[in-house]
Amino acid sequence: MNARILHIASNTFREAVRDRVLYNLIAFAVLLSGAAILVGQISIDIEKLVVINLGLTAVSLFGIVIAIFIGIGLVSKEIEKRTLYTVLSRPVRRWEFIVGKYFGLAGTLVVNTFFMAIGVFAALFYVSHKFVRADALVLVALYFIILEFLIICSLALLFSSFSSPLLSAVFAFSLFVIGSFAEDLRGFAAITHGFTRWLVTGAAYLVPNFSAFNIVSSIAHEQPVAMQLVWHNTLYALFYAAMALSGAVLIFEYRNLK
Amino acid sequence: MNTIEILGLEKTYRVGFWAKRLKRALHPLHLSVEEGEIFGFLGPNGAGKTTTLKLLMGLVFPSAGSARILGRDWTDPEVKAQIGFLPEQPYFYDHLTAHELLNYYAQLSGVPAKERSRRVESTLQRVALANVQGVQLRKFSKGMLQRVGIAQAILHEPKVVFFDEPMSGLDPIGRREVRDLMEQLKHEGKTVFFSTHILSDAEALCDRVAIIHQGELRGIGAVEDLTSSVQGKVEIVWQGTQVPASMKALGADCHVTGDTVRAVIDERQQDAAIDALRRERLRLIALTPMRTSLEAYFVERLQRAETTAGSTV
Repeated sequence: MNARILHIASNTFREAVRDRVLYNLIAFAVLLSGAAILVGQISIDIEKLVVINLGLTAVSLFGIVIAIFIGIGLVSKEIEKRTLYTVLSRPVRRWEFIVGKYFGLAGTLVVNTFFMAIGVFAALFYVSHKFVRADALVLVALYFIILEFLIICSLALLFSSFSSPLLSAVFAFSLFVIGSFAEDLRGFAAITHGFTRWLVTGAAYLVPNFSAFNIVSSIAHEQPVAMQLVWHNTLYALFYAAMALSGAVLIFEYRNLK
Repeated sequence: MNTIEILGLEKTYRVGFWAKRLKRALHPLHLSVEEGEIFGFLGPNGAGKTTTLKLLMGLVFPSAGSARILGRDWTDPEVKAQIGFLPEQPYFYDHLTAHELLNYYAQLSGVPAKERSRRVESTLQRVALANVQGVQLRKFSKGMLQRVGIAQAILHEPKVVFFDEPMSGLDPIGRREVRDLMEQLKHEGKTVFFSTHILSDAEALCDRVAIIHQGELRGIGAVEDLTSSVQGKVEIVWQGTQVPASMKALGADCHVTGDTVRAVIDERQQDAAIDALRRERLRLIALTPMRTSLEAYFVERLQRAETTAGSTV
């Protein structure tokens, strides 16, 4: 990787850490250990199912909140506070800045997810006192969650490159909610006709299809994940994130920093 | 050799809700700055100084025109490795310490890893911040942040330094130190381009100045040339308390102080005044061409601009 991108990414990561973003891990740990102890006492045979469902959903939600709330300020905050001036007056290209910021945020989320994953496995061990082969599927679900973060980060950055933090948060969160129902939207498109069909189909394929990344339920029931889905989701997430990031770069390249 | 050449840079913004109204922030600007000069870019608030600097730094894009820095196109990333920039009222990543911030900027500027630490230490010493290691920038005063700003601008030993209001937020001692630093940079052969509305700083430091008002260049030249071109008056001092009638007839404004008389007359009356003193056998002590201050020149240019604008309405 280009050295300047690496330096910008590591500064973004350091900023997130020093702004106490990783403190969310404490809330996560409290939530998960509380849940593990509670389900261990009140449920029979479904402790594991509850822990996986709750654990992975919490990993996803905590990460999405972080991705949106840090992502929306990544560019606009730098413009507002004028910290960008002393960066872009150096031999740093604008696209390098955007890409560096993206990797910094994505890196923060990967590290955050890594620690949360340890928490999930610890809770699993607590309720079942052993690991079985099927528990490895949790890793696939975590991988999909990270792919989801890559898309969310790129969208937050895209909105941050041209709008205010508040509007960016609204756009990114709306897109996340709509994207979670992308399959339903595609189903709806199939039953419409004429111009509406074109319109809804276009919208359904334009919004990120987050529903394809949500395998928490099937993992909890120890259902295997097709390798094809892993490839499909990987390529889809990388392609979608690259497109959103390119959009952010394109907008930022021509933006006057007043 | 010209280090900076601004070739008709201009900037017009679209303003209003529908972005239909045009607002010209900078009229086509032509100026050049020679190597090793300290060049002052003067103007009142909102004159277009910061816009010009932002255009040169590539932070905003010009509506027309171009510039060359160190003989190359100003957008060339290689040029940016050779320039330092201090923005007006700088703000930095406040989660970092001064040491970490400078290290980050050194990385971005391409300072070799082996040299980085030494360069950071020496620059912090140069701006009198060597004793604040480990303190995050969020705890710095305004003056300290300004010093950090200056440090990051000179850290990578650039050939050209752009300062936007470098004295802003500094106490008198801090201002003196910045003036000294700018003179040191000049002695090191660097070109310094700085914007200010504090005219005494410009007068004390600059080889040449340009005056900008309402986005238009109103005057440019060496400080001595600009200030001597305004009045054309001379001051004559002679011994005694007597003011000859012939001197008064020349329209001299005379003041007696102790055993000397000081008179100010029009430069064209200079020979006649000397003759008058000779005739009265008075001893001439001094004859000095009077210079106006840069401030007077500045105010005169601005008033002239206002008058011109008023008469064209």
